[in-house]
Amino acid sequence: MSDASLLLNGSFEHLRCALDEGRVTAVELARESLDRARATQPELNAFVSLSEQAEVLRNAEAADARLLRGERHPVLGMPVAVKDLILTRGQRTTAASRMLENFVAPYDATVSARLKQSGAVIIGKANLDEFAMGSSNQTSYFGPSRNPWDSTRVPGGSSGGSAAAVAARVSPLSLGTDTGGSIRQPASFCGITGLKPTYGRVSRYGVVAFASSLDQVGPMCTDALGCAATLEAISGGDVHDATSSSRPVPKFFEDTIAFRSLEKIRGLRIGVPKEYLGQGLDPEVGRIVQEALDNLQALGAEIKSISLPHTRFALPVYYLVATSEASSNLARYDGIHYGHRAKDFTSGKLEDLYALSRGEGFGEEVRLRILLGTYALSSGYYDAYYRKASQVRALIRQDFETAFRDCDLIASPTSPTTAFGVGEKTDDPIAMYLADVYTLSANLAGLPGLSMNVGFDAKRLPVGLQLMAPWWEETRLLGTAAQYQAIHPSTLTPSPVALKFGRVAQGGC
Amino acid sequence: MARVYEAVIGLEVHAQLLSRTKAFCLVANEFGGDPNSRVGPVSGGLPGALPVLNEKAVELAVRAGLALDCTIQRKSVFSRKNYFYPDLPKGYQISQFDEPTCTDGYLDILPEGGSAKRVRIQRIHMEEDAGKSTHFGSTTLVNLNRAGVPLVEIVTHPDLRSPTEATAYLRKLHQILIFAGVCDGNMEEGNFRCDVNVSIRPVGQKELGTRCELKNLNSFRFVEAAIDFEVARQIALVEGGGLVVQETRGWDSAGNKTFTMRKKEEAHDYRYFPEPDLPPLLLTESYVDEVRRAMPELPTRKRDRFVKEYGLSQLDAEVLTSTKDLSQYFEETVAAGALAKTAANWITSELLRELKDFDGDIGRSPIRPTELAQLVKLIKKGTISGKIAKKVFEDMIQGHGDPEKIVREKGLVQVLDTGLVEAWVDEVLAQFPSQLAEYQGGRMQILGFFVGEIMKLSRGKANPALVNELLKKKTGIC
Repeated sequence: MSDASLLLNGSFEHLRCALDEGRVTAVELARESLDRARATQPELNAFVSLSEQAEVLRNAEAADARLLRGERHPVLGMPVAVKDLILTRGQRTTAASRMLENFVAPYDATVSARLKQSGAVIIGKANLDEFAMGSSNQTSYFGPSRNPWDSTRVPGGSSGGSAAAVAARVSPLSLGTDTGGSIRQPASFCGITGLKPTYGRVSRYGVVAFASSLDQVGPMCTDALGCAATLEAISGGDVHDATSSSRPVPKFFEDTIAFRSLEKIRGLRIGVPKEYLGQGLDPEVGRIVQEALDNLQALGAEIKSISLPHTRFALPVYYLVATSEASSNLARYDGIHYGHRAKDFTSGKLEDLYALSRGEGFGEEVRLRILLGTYALSSGYYDAYYRKASQVRALIRQDFETAFRDCDLIASPTSPTTAFGVGEKTDDPIAMYLADVYTLSANLAGLPGLSMNVGFDAKRLPVGLQLMAPWWEETRLLGTAAQYQAIHPSTLTPSPVALKFGRVAQGGC
Repeated sequence: MARVYEAVIGLEVHAQLLSRTKAFCLVANEFGGDPNSRVGPVSGGLPGALPVLNEKAVELAVRAGLALDCTIQRKSVFSRKNYFYPDLPKGYQISQFDEPTCTDGYLDILPEGGSAKRVRIQRIHMEEDAGKSTHFGSTTLVNLNRAGVPLVEIVTHPDLRSPTEATAYLRKLHQILIFAGVCDGNMEEGNFRCDVNVSIRPVGQKELGTRCELKNLNSFRFVEAAIDFEVARQIALVEGGGLVVQETRGWDSAGNKTFTMRKKEEAHDYRYFPEPDLPPLLLTESYVDEVRRAMPELPTRKRDRFVKEYGLSQLDAEVLTSTKDLSQYFEETVAAGALAKTAANWITSELLRELKDFDGDIGRSPIRPTELAQLVKLIKKGTISGKIAKKVFEDMIQGHGDPEKIVREKGLVQVLDTGLVEAWVDEVLAQFPSQLAEYQGGRMQILGFFVGEIMKLSRGKANPALVNELLKKKTGIC
């Protein structure tokens, strides 16, 4: 077994040190990463496409040269999987849709460009729910991705492939996007750490839009330090995105390490919303989350019960806002300029060209959401649906403003259940939508949220704890998770698929 | 007895803004060029592309608002107007809906043969242009070069009552936008376009009738003709016991009539909602003041200045400020050293007459301001007479340029040499003895005859004042 293989099963920090100290090269890591991607693909289907090997190795060599020159960046030389919703120049970017099956991105998303500049090596494009619409990765045109803890189960979604790739330790890092929980819920199902940054922290330019006012790109990694490293690479204002914030980007990686060594969990006031512990929560998930809260208390945090009174409106508000924006965002896929165009178009009528191309190009869930959103925005319904939803959205945001006056973090389960089986819930959209019930509010309020593994249920399926922080306080989330993970390393246990590649590398930095 | 009807007309003008780049990306905002050569990820509606607002476009929209005495809203909001069409690559147009940047302005007009009138402007909002579709039989070609070009849409209240008022408004608006540097006003290139809402009602009735919208009228003449036709059509319809149906109508310029394009029930539901990719546009008081200070001089103010600064007549000043190019031409001529009043005379009487065939478009003048200034200076210096100057001017119109060169090459320099002029005077007096006798006998009118003959003899080069003086001296009659 090579060092690279051992290291991929270890912690991000350990891997970082090994690269910096020259104990492993970026080329060795990239090669191992691609090998694992190919080896796991039949079982996990975590990727829509892999980067060309020659190109990957070229980029890894460039990273090695930079390392050799003494350059340092938290993600320099790290293999990374990028959700196939994010444009990577010269590579296919499909949004897991037949509509964009053959679409080759003519430009880099800002986050792709920043990852490349920081020296990360993109090894492939991760599977997802079609256009990020789903919570199980089952709406992908390229077939569902599967959970490395139990491949009869879903990895969650929509960033299911990104989560599976990290949980299988194919790559230590991946990028996901989160519109209503699409990073945090799969992170929870796959037993890894995922962060949705504050809205505006990361540029959305070059990310196929689902719901513009909710979408945010974020890191997924085995642990909090990897998320900090990746977030540092991709954050910051962008002239191409008017909703990105130009506020300075903290040194997330160093700051997270500092938080951990200063043990800053002590004294944190952590609010637990009583609305998040009610009906629908799996009792086992509830119990494991409670244990995690006890652990946090043991580390000096103050745990208190709080209320977010408008929580019950989050789901309907989310589905009105998200589908409305999506119905407009997806209008550009019309078969005219690029993307799928119906072949048996014979009537000569423009409407038929649209209807056929879109009918064929979009899957069922996408069509359903476009119809919902079109309806919600229609004349005569706008006031009752979209406008009202926007007003309630402001109330949900206010709930958080009020809550954060008395606490530093808010904690809850990430998802009401652990990973469910492939094929389950596909006929019941509402049951599927409930999988995101705890994560939606952070998107509606624009808040940063993190999910980390805090244990396993009786079926040995991971359980995630969600932490939410006030706007722009990602370091508090990452630091809390990093300190917790240092004290509870069992939460970082690799999945069975990862362990097939070998044992976990031991040793520190 | 037949009822008397009045037309009720409101106008919507789309004016392309003179920014260097498009409304929401850095692709050049220019006319022409190879089809689809000016398309980027944003204007081409590629996946993942996001709009970023062009600051210059905002400045120009605010300028338009200030020029039309609008309230500039401190907060305005962009919205998406959703509809499918091949020349709209995103499937929506970024526009403004319920919170436009400028509201509640007005424009005072003086229609030909009518009386002064204030036309209220309801709103000016910013939006992006669509691409251009060209249909060939069953094929349609799409050119996206125009997609994403910034526009303002200027919407009036239904205050206009006749085609003449409508065109008077349009001409004035056109003039102001060009002076303000908002739009270059080229209607052939489609950067100043007009939609007209027309309804009729019996005179005295308060409620508005059902209106029809006339689309894409790209000349003032078409606007006038289309309104004329539409008003007559609606009156005939109502008089015949019918009802006007709300619809969108096009103008068939060959058949000189309007025709149905889209009935109300076929109208789009645009599903407007706030554009989530663009934060609300917030303008501070000081920003608006800055735009106001940087506002180019508008026609009325320029006209008053021309009267005051150059001592021009009200009429000349009016003519010289009728277009931005003309006012610029005049000022350049003056700047090149011409006497202002003389320059104004030459431009308004001679030059514009020569340009009649081009609608007085000074851009078509073969004479440059510096050349005209030279001509005026030659007269002032006495190098040529006013009469010779007209000859020189004719040559200049033919494109011979430099007046000094013309004067030199044709030997037109005015003769001030007393000896030479004296010789011509003597020759003429000797040639016409009987006329000389009559003159000396008291027929003073004959003086003009002698002057004419002497000028002829000198081929116009003799200085007329000198001729007069010498004539009087020689004939002994003062």
